[in-house]
Amino acid sequence: MDLRVTEAPASPAEREAVDSVLGPPESGWSGGARTPLDGHVAIGGLSRARDRRRLLLPALHALQDRVGWISSASLGYLCARLDVAPAEVYGVASAYALFRYEPGPPVVVHVCDDVACRAACGGDPTGPIAARFGPAGSALGRVDGRAAVTWQPSPCLGHCEHGSAALVQQAGERGGRATLAPFTADDLGHLVSLLTPERSGAPGAPDGSDGPDPMGGLLDLGSLPVPLALVPQVVAEDVGSAGGPGAPGWTEGPGPRLLRRVGRVDPTSLDAYRAAGGYGPLRRAIELGPTGVIAELKDAKLLGRGGAAFPTGAKWEAVARNPVRPHYFVANADESEPGTFKDRVFLDHDPYALVEALTIAGITTGAEQGFVYVRGEYPLGASRLEHAVGEARAKGFLGSDVMGSGLAFDLEIRRGAGAYIAGEETALFNSIEGRRPEPRNKPPFPVDRGLFDRPTGVNNVETLLAVLEVLRIGGLAYAAVGTSGSTGTRLFCLSGRVTRPGLYEVPMGATLGALLSMAGGVAGGRPLQAVLLGGAAGTFVGPEDLDLPLSFEGAREAGATLGSGVVVVLDDTVDVAGVLERVARFFRDESCGQCVPCRVGTQRQEEVLGRLVAGRPLESVDAELALLTDLDVVMRDASICGLGQTATSLVTSALRRGLVPGVVGNGVTRDKAAAARASGDGEREDGT
Amino acid sequence: MTTVAPGAPGAPVTLRRQVELTIDGQAVTVPEGSTILEACRSIGTEVPTLCYLETLTPVNVCRVCVVEVEGSRTLVPACSRPVSGGMEVRTDSERVRTSRRMVLELLASSVDLSTAGGDVDRWIETYGARPERHGPPALSTERDRARAGEHEPVAVGTAATVSQAVKRDNDQYVRDYSKCILCYKCVEACGEEAQDTFAIAVAGRGFDARISTEMDVPLPDSACVYCGNCIAVCPTGALMFVTEHDLRARGEWDEGRQQVTRTVCPYCGVGCNLELHVQDDRIVKVTSPLDHDVTRGNLCVKGRFGFEFAEALDGGSR
Ligand SMILES: Cc1cc2nc3c(=O)[nH]c(=O)nc-3n(C[C@H](O)[C@H](O)[C@H](O)COP(=O)(O)O)c2cc1C
Ligand code: SF4
Ligand code: SF4
Ligand code: SF4
Ligand code: FES
Ligand code: FES
Repeated sequence: MDLRVTEAPASPAEREAVDSVLGPPESGWSGGARTPLDGHVAIGGLSRARDRRRLLLPALHALQDRVGWISSASLGYLCARLDVAPAEVYGVASAYALFRYEPGPPVVVHVCDDVACRAACGGDPTGPIAARFGPAGSALGRVDGRAAVTWQPSPCLGHCEHGSAALVQQAGERGGRATLAPFTADDLGHLVSLLTPERSGAPGAPDGSDGPDPMGGLLDLGSLPVPLALVPQVVAEDVGSAGGPGAPGWTEGPGPRLLRRVGRVDPTSLDAYRAAGGYGPLRRAIELGPTGVIAELKDAKLLGRGGAAFPTGAKWEAVARNPVRPHYFVANADESEPGTFKDRVFLDHDPYALVEALTIAGITTGAEQGFVYVRGEYPLGASRLEHAVGEARAKGFLGSDVMGSGLAFDLEIRRGAGAYIAGEETALFNSIEGRRPEPRNKPPFPVDRGLFDRPTGVNNVETLLAVLEVLRIGGLAYAAVGTSGSTGTRLFCLSGRVTRPGLYEVPMGATLGALLSMAGGVAGGRPLQAVLLGGAAGTFVGPEDLDLPLSFEGAREAGATLGSGVVVVLDDTVDVAGVLERVARFFRDESCGQCVPCRVGTQRQEEVLGRLVAGRPLESVDAELALLTDLDVVMRDASICGLGQTATSLVTSALRRGLVPGVVGNGVTRDKAAAARASGDGEREDGT
Repeated sequence: MTTVAPGAPGAPVTLRRQVELTIDGQAVTVPEGSTILEACRSIGTEVPTLCYLETLTPVNVCRVCVVEVEGSRTLVPACSRPVSGGMEVRTDSERVRTSRRMVLELLASSVDLSTAGGDVDRWIETYGARPERHGPPALSTERDRARAGEHEPVAVGTAATVSQAVKRDNDQYVRDYSKCILCYKCVEACGEEAQDTFAIAVAGRGFDARISTEMDVPLPDSACVYCGNCIAVCPTGALMFVTEHDLRARGEWDEGRQQVTRTVCPYCGVGCNLELHVQDDRIVKVTSPLDHDVTRGNLCVKGRFGFEFAEALDGGSR
């Protein structure tokens, strides 16, 4: 490859940022000072450099955090160090929302305007912010004569139970991220006023190349308040009294299982975790051996919680049996489905549990290397997890001899950078490998060719936590909880217009009505308009569906999906059209752009919806509905991955229910939409 | 070193197991490992393709080739899915026709397909795609600065397109990405699959995804070596010789008046086959036959663009 990189030199800060991830340069070929020996040294160095491509995403993060943007000089330096072509690196970097390519204010506040916060606020949560501080992109506060802060809208930040949230992204020596939830216009005012006033030295060079660190840390991110997890600790017996034992598919449960430690056990202490029962399941897994663990999972009939409801035991077995080595195991903590915050609660408040569960997955499937892919918008979770991994490693729970078993397992944490699609398992592999987060063609499936083209297991965080429970109580005992088709408990993320929003754990099969009663029902006792079930890729259900059993089969029969456990409550005041427009915008923004049905279809869906909501149909409302039906068909049938396949789900479900003004109340068109959609909404399946 | 592509004349005969399947009810037998597309072609069943090219690894992104396979929840791309025994394929069901119609409609409503060739026009007609029902095109001029995760909605009543200014930053070829269907072929040809230069890649995402050099620098500032292999694979004319582009702009491009002469490139010892397209005694384009064992359609800057010198020499000796 003829590697050609820009001539402009990277600034010391930029080199430092890259070197902090890649280590100091060894030779001229990797961007250091050139010596006559380089021609020889380079051969080994280059192939190592190519292997280092997996460090591309961490290096981009380091640049963004330190300098605030990725300049062509820093891109050139990074490319030289990694021996990857600049066009490719730009292609990768530009697929993520958290990286910038031009200098701007060092503090960017990403304010959630997504469905759950929209429902909770009864409108666009960024409305009051724009009214007070100007539109997105406005420059706020000045330090060293330059704009210090700006704000922009953001998709769901995974703190929906608070009804509003913001991610503060800061560049400089004290660069990093922090979440604030709840978050109001007053909070933004407060942030601006927190800027260290004594920083009024000479203005730095605009490109960040020299001067007194012009992008220097402005806020002490560590001092910002840490958002609480709202986890109403309602025991399952309460569900019984609310939903009534004997309700379809009902099983009595013994209280919170997965949520046992959350809010009660210090998430920063391994000793506290062990005192609360931690590492019992791993000991059990070592005793049982891989075959025994897989048998327990099969007895438990555990199905994946990440969306596709794939049997976990079968997946682990397929990886374990694959003769190709090495194997990898990945915990999918990319949680970006709007309305979902369950995985975050565990990263923040029970991180050792995830480390333990992934270790079990590793030793069972023969993987010595694991990865946790944590959403980039979860800074607290990532740092708590990092702490947990460090402590586990230091105390022999990770490493070459896990708990004295003679088995090796260790794990790396990878931060996402603002891309919902990176949660799709094969896009996630590409992301870890330093490639564009685009889903791969399946088959081949990950158990055959996954991360680095090797057999790979991947599970959602909740699935992995359920494995701990299976090993704690035994597969058969686990299968006795829930329904026969959906065993165990399930986590539900309640948000929007509900009295006690938060994370709830109920046995599979509990009714929607029971769940809502646990949370105190609709806030203020207002009438329920609809419930957004499953997430942006989910469906609406109505007040008449309160008997819906929340199990995989129950949802499927009702043409709905549990998705990632999202339950957004919409009372009669919520503007559903606004919610739908936000969802259409979400898919338009998050499509990876690979395939035509999704790349253009998500754009067209947004346009049709805009016309319907504005009451300006092109030919007629009927023609617009026919168009939507066609979009729905091609996107479901011909898209590569689950994103495109489900991107029309919520809009069609709202139309079917007559929730769209302009179309609502028009019985004729609503029936037509219903007839067109007679095939029903399916469970998200991405072929795992 | 000589490498012979499997199946090429002179390739060692290996016995591949045969697989039986049905296509639209008709029994077909093809070698194991064939794709559904190859099976369809073996019996003369047409399957439209846009992002597929014999010489490149299928990326299966355009989805115009989808077919129905019994037992599959979704349609499957014929260009990349290998056949399996007993497979029941339908290439002309209502489901298939709807998806193909919509893929063509989505492309035609967002991309300028005016130089994409007669097949595309015919498919649009056959499948009854009506791009105009998405509304009048919204014209944009700038797409390279789009940031992932953000966009301004287009005016209500209009249909977003990829329209933008033609990029003309070198003397060899123009890049008119208003005509780009994002088939990834040029990226493959420039990178791993042929040229190993990696001057271009897909950047951005969603509807804003685009082919780009690093930070959208002009080609002369990129790693491009002007081999033109990307032009050779581009199915829509988005990448075009300056000569062809200018002749078309003046309304003088006329394939009916062109003669194609095969010759061997004189510049070095490799001996690449060249096809010189001549209109009015002037070489207007150079291609290389896809079915050639060694070059498989690829050339270097001398073969692809050196004809300007050849012409000058010609002129001198005359
Ligand atoms: C667009 C898209 C986004 C996804 N995002 C996530 C995610 O954030 N977390 C997750 O666990 N699974 C996500 N998935 C599902 C994964 O591809 C995969 O099925 C899952 O991680 C497997 O875990 P499980 O077997 O434990 O369910 C997503 C799928 C699609 C199509
Ligand atoms: S369906 Fe959408 S997200 Fe999935 S591969 Fe296609 S373009 Fe990308
Ligand atoms: S001309 Fe050759 S080097 Fe230049 S972009 Fe095209 S394929 Fe790449
Ligand atoms: S420029 Fe041509 S070859 Fe490249 S992606 Fe676009 S249409 Fe395909
Ligand atoms: S944090 Fe706002 S919708 Fe999730
Ligand atoms: S030709 Fe098969 S997907 Fe494009």
